[in-house]
Formats: sequence, structure tokens, C-alpha cells
Amino acid sequence: MDGQAATADPQLQHFIEIESQKQRFQQLVHQMTEVCWEKCMDKPGPKLDSRTETCFVNCVERFIDTSQFILNRLEQTQRSRGAFSETMSD
Amino acid sequence: MDGFGSDFSAGASGGKMDPGTIMEQVKVQIAVANAQELLQRMTDKCFKKCIGKPGSTLDNSEQKCIAMCMDRYMDAWNTVSRTYNSRLQKERAHM
Repeated sequence: MDGQAATADPQLQHFIEIESQKQRFQQLVHQMTEVCWEKCMDKPGPKLDSRTETCFVNCVERFIDTSQFILNRLEQTQRSRGAFSETMSD
Repeated sequence: MDGFGSDFSAGASGGKMDPGTIMEQVKVQIAVANAQELLQRMTDKCFKKCIGKPGSTLDNSEQKCIAMCMDRYMDAWNTVSRTYNSRLQKERAHM
């Protein structure tokens, strides 16, 4: 175990993978909470009423849908025209 | 060889901390960073919602608003976290 880089240690490697994944999740939750707060929250009340809660749920689902839509369409555009990949490669 | 120093003292392996300790410390640092991020965004949102024209102090209604806002922000955060987690599980089930 002496002189080995951290990445050569499979235990640490695995740990880094897991923690990175957890962080990506956390970051998206932070981001979506912020975005959806703007869309769904009027005046903060004594509790989260069901209409507001539904808005947050929908907001998260639509946000992910939007992200997937963008990725899919980008992929299609690149495949059919190749114009995008030309501008990207230099 | 005080309490703080002994965590970082060289072991028999020649100066390397054991992976378990490193992992625990990293986890703590990550948790702290997440808490800070949450607090920063919460402060931003609740300031926007609750403070109109800034006065010379935070009056009672503003304080009550901020307190409610904090709780609602946490509710929102938890809802988003739950929903996102469910969605991820659904996506994985279809792979």
C-alpha cells in the first residue's frame, strides 16, 4: 500500500465514483429546487399546499424531459446534417 | 502528539492516512459544502420573497416570513429530491 496513487486503490476508486454520483444528484436537486421555486412558489405559507407540491413534482419531471429532449434532438441534428459537429471541431 | 495532531501523524506505512479516514473526512467535507449551498440559495430566495424595501432593522413580519420561507424551502427541496429520485429509479427500470 505504500507509494500507490489514490486512483490505483480500488477501494478509493469506487468511493470516488459513488460520491461523484451522489454529488451530481445533489447539485441537480439544488438547481431544480431553485428553478422550480421561481415557477411554483407565490407567498410562503404555513405549509406546502397540494397545488404547490404538484407544481414542484411536475416541474422536476418536465425539467428532466426538457433535458432529454435537448440531448435527443442534438443527437439527431448532428447525425442528419453534421453541421453542428463541423462548427464544434476546430 | 496532541489529539488533533495524532490524526495526521505518520503511521507505520510511512505517512499515508488509511483510506477509511480519508473517506470519512471527504464525506464530511461534502456534507458541509452541500449545507452551505442550500443555505446560500435559501437565503437568496427568502430575501427576495420577504424583504421589500430594506429598513433599518428586520421587523417582526419580515422575521416571520423568513422563518416560514425557510420551512417551505426545505419542503420544496425534499419534494424535488424525492421526485428526482423516483424518476431516476423509473429510468433505470426501463434500461
